[in-house]
Formats: sequence, C-alpha cells, structure tokens
Amino acid sequence: MAQLELKGVVAAYGPISALHGVSLSVDAGGIVALLGANGAGKTTTLRAISGTVRKTGSVVFDGHDISKRAPEHIARLGIAHVPEGRGTLGQLTVWENLQMGAYIRRDSKGIKADYDRVCEYFAWIPARRRQLAATLSGGEQQMLAIARALMMRPRLLLLDEPSLGLAPIVVREIFRIVRAVNERDKVTVLVVEQNASIALEGAAHAYVLEAGRVAVSGTSAELQKDEAVRRSYLGY
Amino acid sequence: MLAVIQQILSGIASGGIYASLALALVLVYRAMDVANFAQGEMATFSTFISYSLIEYAHLDFWTAFVITIVVSFALGIGIERLLIRPFEGAPVLTLVIVTLGLFTIINGVTGLVWGYVFKEYRGAFISQPVRFGGLYLDTQDLGVLSVVLVMLLLLYLFFSRTKIGLAMRAASLYPDSSRLLGVRVGWMLALGWGLAAAVGAVSGMMVAPIIFLDPNMMQSILLFAFAAAVLGGIESPLGSVVGGVAIGIVMALVGTYIPGGQDLRLAFGLIVIVVVLLLRPAGLFGRAAVRRV
Repeated sequence: MAQLELKGVVAAYGPISALHGVSLSVDAGGIVALLGANGAGKTTTLRAISGTVRKTGSVVFDGHDISKRAPEHIARLGIAHVPEGRGTLGQLTVWENLQMGAYIRRDSKGIKADYDRVCEYFAWIPARRRQLAATLSGGEQQMLAIARALMMRPRLLLLDEPSLGLAPIVVREIFRIVRAVNERDKVTVLVVEQNASIALEGAAHAYVLEAGRVAVSGTSAELQKDEAVRRSYLGY
Repeated sequence: MLAVIQQILSGIASGGIYASLALALVLVYRAMDVANFAQGEMATFSTFISYSLIEYAHLDFWTAFVITIVVSFALGIGIERLLIRPFEGAPVLTLVIVTLGLFTIINGVTGLVWGYVFKEYRGAFISQPVRFGGLYLDTQDLGVLSVVLVMLLLLYLFFSRTKIGLAMRAASLYPDSSRLLGVRVGWMLALGWGLAAAVGAVSGMMVAPIIFLDPNMMQSILLFAFAAAVLGGIESPLGSVVGGVAIGIVMALVGTYIPGGQDLRLAFGLIVIVVVLLLRPAGLFGRAAVRRV
C-alpha cells in the first residue's frame, strides 16, 4: 500500500491557481522524484502535502487523511518538509537548528543517537555547532536543512530542490547522502528537482508535472529512455 | 562630584524599573513586531491584583508577588488568545490600534474596580539609607535592582537553555520554518504575551511602593520604557536593560541639574526616542542581521 496518496489535489495562491488536480502515490521506503519546468506546480505539491498551502482534494499519509491538518500537526505525524530556500533558522546556531529539528520528540536517548548519526553523514557539524546557521555556505545550509529534518526522525522526507544554486560536486554529495538516508534509515523520500538527470539517477520512480497536472509518470529507467519525454519535459 | 554619583546611583535604581517594563515590551515586539501600548496598563492592573491580595487577603508581599506573577502570566495568554489572535496576519497598524484599545479598556476596568484614589502600596523593601563611603544607597533601590537582575537572569536561562525558550525564539524569527518542525507558533506568541505580562507585573510591583498606586501609574513609566527599549534596540532583551539603566541615569541628571528638569523628564524621554530613531534605528544592541548571500 502506498504510504502517501494524493487524489485530485487542487491548490491556488489567491486567484492564481497552481495545481489542477494532482494525483500521485509514493510507496514506503522508496525515492520518488517530482520533475517539471518552473511553475509546473512542484513546490506547491510539496506544500499541499505539508499543509502550507490552501487546497482541496485528498491527501492520505499512512492511512490518515491529512488534507485538512495544520502543518505543525502533519510534521508530528512524521513528514519532514525541507522547503524552498531550505528553511534555515539563520540567527540560531547549527546546534540550535538541530535541536529545533527534534522539537516534537521526547526521547532524549533517541535524539542523542540521531544526532550522532547525523554527524556521521555530515562530519563537519560537530566542530561548527556553535556557528550561526546564516553564516554557513549554501551547500552547508542545505545539508543542515536535511540534518534538521532527520532529527525529526521522519518517515517521509520532502525535499524541495536540494540542488538549487549549488556546485555539481556538492549536489552529488547531497544526493549520495539522501540515498544513504533512504536505505539505512528507511526514510521515504519525495524530491522536487529541476535538475532531472541527477534526480532520475537517485529515484526509482518519477512524476513529471506540467501546468499543475501530472503529465507523465513511470520508473526512472522508462522516463530516461523515452526520447519524447526527455525532450519535452526533462530538457536534456 | 559626589552629588553627581549619588544621582547616578538613584538613576540606576529607577532605571531597573524602566528596564523591566522595557523588557516586557521587547518580549512582545520580538514575538509579533508590534509595540504593545497596553503593556503599562497591564502592569498596573497586575499591581492592583497584588494590592488586593496584600490588603484584603492579608497575604505577605512575596506570596502576593508570586500569585500575581502567575495570574498575570495567565491573563497575558488570555489576552493574546482572545484579542490578538483574531488579528493574526493583520497589518501592523491594525494591531497597534488593538493594543491602544486594550490600553483604554484595561485602564477603565482598573479605575472601575479599584477607583482613582491614590493608594499607598506596601512593597517588599523598606526605604532606608545605607552609608557606603561618602554615598548613601537606599535599601529599597538595592532591593528593586536585585529583583530585576534575578528576573533578567531567569529569562536569559529560559531563552538560552530550555527547549520551549528556543522554540519561542525560532517561532518569532521563522514562523513558517518552525511550523514545519511541529512548533505551534500561535501558542508561542501567546506564551510571549504571558511572559511579558508577568515581567510587566514585576515592574509594577517594584515601582508602586515608590510612587503610589493609581490606575494611571505606569503611563509615564511606559514612555521611559519605550525610550529604553528603542535605545537598546527594540529586539534585544539585554539592550532593553542597558537602555533602561541609561534612561534612568539621564532622567535623574536631567531632573536635578536642568532648571525645571523635573517637568522636562517626559519630554526628554521623547527626545531620546526621536534621536535614536533618527541616528541609529537599530539601537545600541540592535541585531545587525548576519547573512551570507
């Protein structure tokens, strides 16, 4: 059974509609990519899941209907959303950012264990835990955002363009870690990307959005092979 | 020279009171970017509660003090939930008008319940001069200062060492990101109002023994508190305390050494506000936002 299921989700920002009935499903334990051009509705789809945009339609996560839930409630159900712009708590330190990630948890032993684990993924963190997050580089802020999300011990991780503005080598590093997180920690990942090639490398399954609708979906292999899809939607 | 130092010392003492009300203003300002004009009236109301507890329920001062702080905290949360929350996301001006309305309402209710006759308020400390070198320190001033310092320390520990304090800071700076982390941002705002009300109550209970208690007691103090908060940088708790002490010293000197100075103190308070806003809007401790683009 799908862990996350969207059916006919319609969303708008005031008079400007962004989604015209998006339906998609994400199986537990997988990595799913959400691709498409600028303005296709990728970010809005993530926001519809995490409850940060007004919408109609159904969003079901682990059997809970979360379409009417507030974002803070959805977060408590185990969905970690790393938003556009990374959501860095810039005036707080790296350590405080991570503590805020664990805000909803009460198991201090588990939190400690997850901190150690996060430090395995991002080895630079311990030495710089007192640094203000705003003074980190873009790549480090993206890593901190993922680390903070992992501190929530989520079952579903929503990543919004983790590659944005970063050097290719940093992007590859980040995707390597996302795959590791997915495999070792059994976290389902739904990743929005404009960089289709790198996203399809990591993801098993992908949806391509166009003008607020799902235009194509399939396994990454299928999409990569399909000449027409590549040319018209993926741009490479 | 000794006389000047004497004035400065007494300025520091009244500065402690300005500082605590300024701290209350800063707590609300940090949470919602609006100065709460009703902060002084809320403090007066709280002080009257403690007055009733002392005079009619015959409690000793410190018991009344603690009860009043707890009640004020709850009232602050109640005010936010009932009157401020409906205006969530409204323009700043709307919220300013709401707090001005709150000012009028609380002032009126206080007058209605306790009347407008000046009341003598028996505080915790007895005013007694203590010789210290060639100077005289007032035990009451020392007492007030220690209470303010302890309160400041507790607030500092709360915001830097506790999870909920950290969440309050995060929620006020980054409400959207905080929601995604599961923080109930609305409640964090309410907590900010509660804390501000409690801190304001302390300032009221500290000043009332010095200047008599009446429904308009905190109005001039609110002006000095605003001056202190602006001088310190309206978002900085430490700045509000330093600003409060600085304003206290300036007012003591103005009152003593400028002819007619006692009457000019309010005007000087306003002048400080205007000059700081013109020359250094971020104040002494204002956050120069650190950012890498």
